[in-house]
Amino acid sequence: MITFLVRRLLSTIPLLLVILFASFVFMRSAPGGPFDAERALPPQIEANLEAKYHLDEPVEKQFLRYLDGLLHGDLGPSLKYQARSVNEIIGQALPVSLVLGATALAFALLVGIPAGVVGALHHNRTEDYLTMSVSLLGICVPNFVLGPILIIVFSFAVGWFPAGGWGSWNQLILPALTLGAIRAAYIARLSRAGMLEVIHQDFIRTARAKGLRERIVIGKHALRVAILPVITYLGPATASVLVGSVVVERIFSIPGLGSFFVNSALNRDYTMAMGTVLLYSGLLIFLNLMVDVLYAVLDPRVELA
Amino acid sequence: MKVVSRRGHNPRRIHVLAFAALMTLLSGLGGCGGGSQAPDFVFLVGAEPETIDPATVSGQPGGRVDRNIFEGLAFNDPTDLHATPGMARSWDVSADGLVYTFHLRDAVWSDGTPVTAADFVYAWKRVLEPATASKYANMLYPIAGAEAYNRGDLTDPAGLGFRAEDDHTLVVTLHSPCPYFLQLCCFYTLLPVPRHVVEAYGDAWIKPEHIVSNGPFVLKEWILSRHVLLAKNPRYWDAEHVALNLVEGLTGDNINANFNLYMSGVLDWADASAVPLFVVPELRERPDFHVAPYFNTYFYRFNVTRPPFDDVRVRKAFYLAMDPSDITEYVLRGGQVPAHSLVPPGLPGYHEAHLPGRNVEEARRLLAEAGYPGGKGFPHVELFFNTSESHKQIAEVIQQQWKNALGVQVELVNQEWKVFLATTEAVDYWISRGSWIGDYLDPNTFLDMWQSTNGNNRTGFADPGYDALVDRAARTLDPAKRMDLLHQAEDWVLNKEMIILPVYTYVVQNLYDERDFTGLTPNLLNLINLKSVVPLRGHRGRPRNTDLRPEAAAARTPAAPGSG
Repeated sequence: MITFLVRRLLSTIPLLLVILFASFVFMRSAPGGPFDAERALPPQIEANLEAKYHLDEPVEKQFLRYLDGLLHGDLGPSLKYQARSVNEIIGQALPVSLVLGATALAFALLVGIPAGVVGALHHNRTEDYLTMSVSLLGICVPNFVLGPILIIVFSFAVGWFPAGGWGSWNQLILPALTLGAIRAAYIARLSRAGMLEVIHQDFIRTARAKGLRERIVIGKHALRVAILPVITYLGPATASVLVGSVVVERIFSIPGLGSFFVNSALNRDYTMAMGTVLLYSGLLIFLNLMVDVLYAVLDPRVELA
Repeated sequence: MKVVSRRGHNPRRIHVLAFAALMTLLSGLGGCGGGSQAPDFVFLVGAEPETIDPATVSGQPGGRVDRNIFEGLAFNDPTDLHATPGMARSWDVSADGLVYTFHLRDAVWSDGTPVTAADFVYAWKRVLEPATASKYANMLYPIAGAEAYNRGDLTDPAGLGFRAEDDHTLVVTLHSPCPYFLQLCCFYTLLPVPRHVVEAYGDAWIKPEHIVSNGPFVLKEWILSRHVLLAKNPRYWDAEHVALNLVEGLTGDNINANFNLYMSGVLDWADASAVPLFVVPELRERPDFHVAPYFNTYFYRFNVTRPPFDDVRVRKAFYLAMDPSDITEYVLRGGQVPAHSLVPPGLPGYHEAHLPGRNVEEARRLLAEAGYPGGKGFPHVELFFNTSESHKQIAEVIQQQWKNALGVQVELVNQEWKVFLATTEAVDYWISRGSWIGDYLDPNTFLDMWQSTNGNNRTGFADPGYDALVDRAARTLDPAKRMDLLHQAEDWVLNKEMIILPVYTYVVQNLYDERDFTGLTPNLLNLINLKSVVPLRGHRGRPRNTDLRPEAAAARTPAAPGSG
């Protein structure tokens, strides 16, 4: 297990380097630069700016300078938000995205798994059709539609939650629902399918034959195997909740990292874009690793080597 | 028998995990201000400010914060924008218009240190240092030696045309007369900075925990992409006339989210960045929607070096075939005015150039004269704009008008913002969208940009006669004569050369309820002066009317002020 982890972690280093190099090349080859604006800068001032951020150096030197900073944990200054470093922006915005993402995922799991289990246990009966229809709706309605609908209903019609902003728990509810809905729907479908497959297997029959109570059979023995597909889905889902929150963040005016991820590319904020790419790819790799580990923990048949 | 399962749950570990998760949650939510004071006024800053260091601020959001926490030699009167004495209680101008002597009042920074003429000298020199890389350093270029120093050609600061004669006297020498110099003194790049704080903390001096300012407000909190909190500065020289104690400025660039925040009563004041196009017709029925003239023009540039637009007759034909009132009436619908000039109307003392209205006959005649009768043989041309729903709709209307009137097909090309900027900078287009908001209240801000060396020209237009005319206007001291020269310059780029095609004049579209606050009357530059904002009794006690249906607006009965 330990050797597995070490090996996997080590193998991420060249991968991250390749990602960094590719995003560096792509960013630099995009037309326009960080200091282009509707209002043109006098050439001297533009040159001063480029000198300030070492953009006047040869690109290979800039890349090495970036890697050197990275080794010291420094992602460089943001080219757009001159008052802040990339570290500082990520430090302020990432926790916001994490809270939003964690709440959305918690909602998705708390709603999705029970719904799926109920559906499977009442296979082809009303409960099943009901949960599956709702989940189909959840998958079909995109978050940029769901968000405004929730605002119209819960902010303007009944006035329970604010229409946007960040800083208190009641500002978290609507965006978390919006972000979590589609994941809850997927999880419901996955756990239903998983449960349907498991409850007809021999070890469940054995458990029942032993005279275990149905609650233990389902809750302890069946569920553990039935949610394996959900676990597989959770890795990319967690990543997509964090990265994909950009739409939800914009609808609800939330100061998360998603907008910086997108806008840094649009603004040609080279350092900020590299920093977010690095962070998100690191997250994705790490979450996939966690999925593999969880597999081994949950399913005794899986062995990490 | 005790069996410890490998996969068994360890209750303590779960508690630790739950605790860690809870902590993350709380830190992410941030200080939600449980016990803190509620702001008296909440306004929309706009996008997250890139910086609030006056030397490097280059946009409206940062400017909006800076103009309220710092005060320059003068500041713009909130109504008519004339230069009102600020840190300078008075000033003298020499007869030749070259030497300005400012007499500073007794004022202190928010930490109690006196504001002196040396602070201005330090701040301006800092703006001009090449290492500061200030994007708006050219605002100081009218001052002797400033441009050379900024370029690095002049290294001795003694050659700069400003010096502190004593603590209360600042003498500024210009290299040539600049009749709008006092307007520049109101601009944020020329704000003073506290030398003792800048030198102590370097780039971090603008953080809320370090910053010291001299304006009506001080920066109390600045949370990324969320808000700035401004508290009244008790040491401000005119503090007795500042009515607001705590002001919150929300940052956000999503127009729909901003609109929701206004309609749900969170925002007290917002500008057009909270006004989605589709609600404008309904908003216009409301008493809290305020439309006013704006010093901002929307236009198309011609590439005058590329056929067929190297022929002025073709450019004129394109103008005469167009009818911008279709755009203002059916696309924008927010009170915008079809433009017949480049300098927006309403500038005191200036008589803007005037273009004739739509004339399809004349347009066809000119196009035929240029060799394309009925659009026959007209080459492939493209109209470039940056990706945006409204730019697209406007371009489609005009494309159709040209097709109907002239029989020419113009292809539309949208480009992502930075790509678009690169395209226009390289003058690699036929027609491209542009807009310009005046930096200061003078026609020059719309006219010097067409000089051949100006980076904002981007049309390929280069005429020594035009360059000389604008330079001559800058050297002319008599205001009426100068305005006349500027009028000639505007006439040159419009009626004579038609290098750009004005489409419409923007309007200020502000949302605020005048039963709640006074002092918010919009001005031509849409500056918000928090110093003059006064809350009325019972303000914000009343829920916002969120019913956007026209009949709801008609049925609404106005409440008496302070009846909340």
